[in-house]
Amino acid sequence: MIYAGGLPIGEGPSALFRGVAMPGSIKRRLLFWAFVGPLVFAFFVVVVIPFLWGIYYSFTEWNGIVRSQVEWVGLQNYIDLFDDEQFIYSFWFTVRFAVVSVILINGIGFALALMVTQPLRSSNALRTVFFMPNLIGGLILGFVWQFIFIQVFSALADVLNLDFLRGWLSTPETGFWGLVILMTWQMAGYTMVIYIAALQSIPGELLEAAEIDGSTLWSKTRHIIIPLVAPAFTINMFLMLSNAFKLYDQNLSLTNGGPFNSTQMLAMNIYNTAFQFDKMGYAQAKAVIFFMVVATVSIIQVRMNKRREVEY
Amino acid sequence: MTGKKRFILFLEVIGITIGIVFFFPFYIMLINSFKTKPQIFQNTLNLPGGLEWSNYVKAFERLEFLQAFANSMFITVGSILLLILFASMAGWKLVRTKSTLSSVIFFMFVSAILIPFQSVMLPLITLMGKIGFLNRLGLIFMYLGFGSSLSLFLYHGFVKSVPKELDEAAIIDGCSEFQLFRKVIFPILNPITLTVIILLTIWIWNDYLLPSLVINKEGMQTIPLQMFFFFGEYTKQWHLALAGLTLAIIPVIIFYFAAQKYIIRGVTQGAIK
Repeated sequence: MIYAGGLPIGEGPSALFRGVAMPGSIKRRLLFWAFVGPLVFAFFVVVVIPFLWGIYYSFTEWNGIVRSQVEWVGLQNYIDLFDDEQFIYSFWFTVRFAVVSVILINGIGFALALMVTQPLRSSNALRTVFFMPNLIGGLILGFVWQFIFIQVFSALADVLNLDFLRGWLSTPETGFWGLVILMTWQMAGYTMVIYIAALQSIPGELLEAAEIDGSTLWSKTRHIIIPLVAPAFTINMFLMLSNAFKLYDQNLSLTNGGPFNSTQMLAMNIYNTAFQFDKMGYAQAKAVIFFMVVATVSIIQVRMNKRREVEY
Repeated sequence: MTGKKRFILFLEVIGITIGIVFFFPFYIMLINSFKTKPQIFQNTLNLPGGLEWSNYVKAFERLEFLQAFANSMFITVGSILLLILFASMAGWKLVRTKSTLSSVIFFMFVSAILIPFQSVMLPLITLMGKIGFLNRLGLIFMYLGFGSSLSLFLYHGFVKSVPKELDEAAIIDGCSEFQLFRKVIFPILNPITLTVIILLTIWIWNDYLLPSLVINKEGMQTIPLQMFFFFGEYTKQWHLALAGLTLAIIPVIIFYFAAQKYIIRGVTQGAIK
């Protein structure tokens, strides 16, 4: 979905097609809208109009009640953001989470892909298990892991005599790592599947030639596999990064932002500003900043990775 | 050669160990869902002494599981049918029409992939609340909007590989455009339709945030919504919570084993296209 920068450019309609459709360019236009219209309508009502309207709301003070006053306040909401300690905290927490989780998810996903593409007897079973968490909703997985961190970890602490397993999710640090562990467990299998597809598209002759030349497994990985898997790396980075920034369900069900909002991520901060404190205009200003951050990070990241990819 | 064999065996052992770690959350959830409340606190790690089916009976009733399942099904299937129909039509027509308008429309859909849900959530809910288009049908309409970018993008990419001569031959044979689309084009799109179905199912079935904002009537809740209320009501009653979670996961696991091949293929294609 990221390679779509280029617009479809093509030759004009074929002679025959023109012959049939020309009698009325009106008829042609009607047909065009009959096919394209329904999707465009839903897209405009659900995405485009709310998006533009949201930018307007971000300059107002408004409590969300339908008939209440919407008061224009200019840039005040954006100025207030800089003094909002919780927002700034959530912002950096989200950035830290995104960096750590994206590295772990991709590292582990790639390692798993390398492993299951070897001739292992358990290869298929392992793929099935690694991918499974990905299909289940984040809300449900967060609840399952709440049980594990709270109940199972303290049982393990008793058996193994490891005190650091106690009281997970009750400090900011363990809450952070709890989220990282949950997301790595859920998403590593997804990136694995993409890496497997990339590994399998590497021409076999290339690897054989390297083997004949006497290259080691490490140098094969370093000089052939990694450069050729770079496009898959781009895709996985893009998907996981925007996923990490937008995370809400897992955050809600695992820690609900606690203890004392110390694990509250950006999406939850926006949600709570809007629905707990009824500050819709202010929440919308946060949402606009949120959009700019997500879009910028995604574009920069794809640009950087594209430059490194090789063709073969 | 023996070095290589030993290496494979070593990998096999490592792999199975990691596999067990990955599977452990499901295992521990399942065994504890069959215990009584005190058993869970005394022996979290052991197998249950007996099978406490009453946990499941209670969870099933309090979750109103059948109702929730039916709602999830209705919303997921309804959204997907509309998205497939309208996105395939639009994808085909946009590729076959070479004009600035067509390019601009496609470019808008693709750019919108960058817009996070939270950036449109508040105005959208306000707008929909004003015109009273909420709950199940409103939700389906909203999925049509939010799913449009990805679905259109996948169809658009696929149609480009379908030869134009096919359209022309059908027109010569006297097909109208709608007949051409229904009888010739849509069947050719089957492989990408399958991919779209898989990706949309995973997303819509599991989605929590949008339904939580849109559904406000009793008896219309989806499985994730019911699970959220249920879990809030029974915090620290792990025996019921775990039985409920297991119930919620079972349909997904069945779907996974029934369609594993297509799911893996769909997910891969959806990402790399």
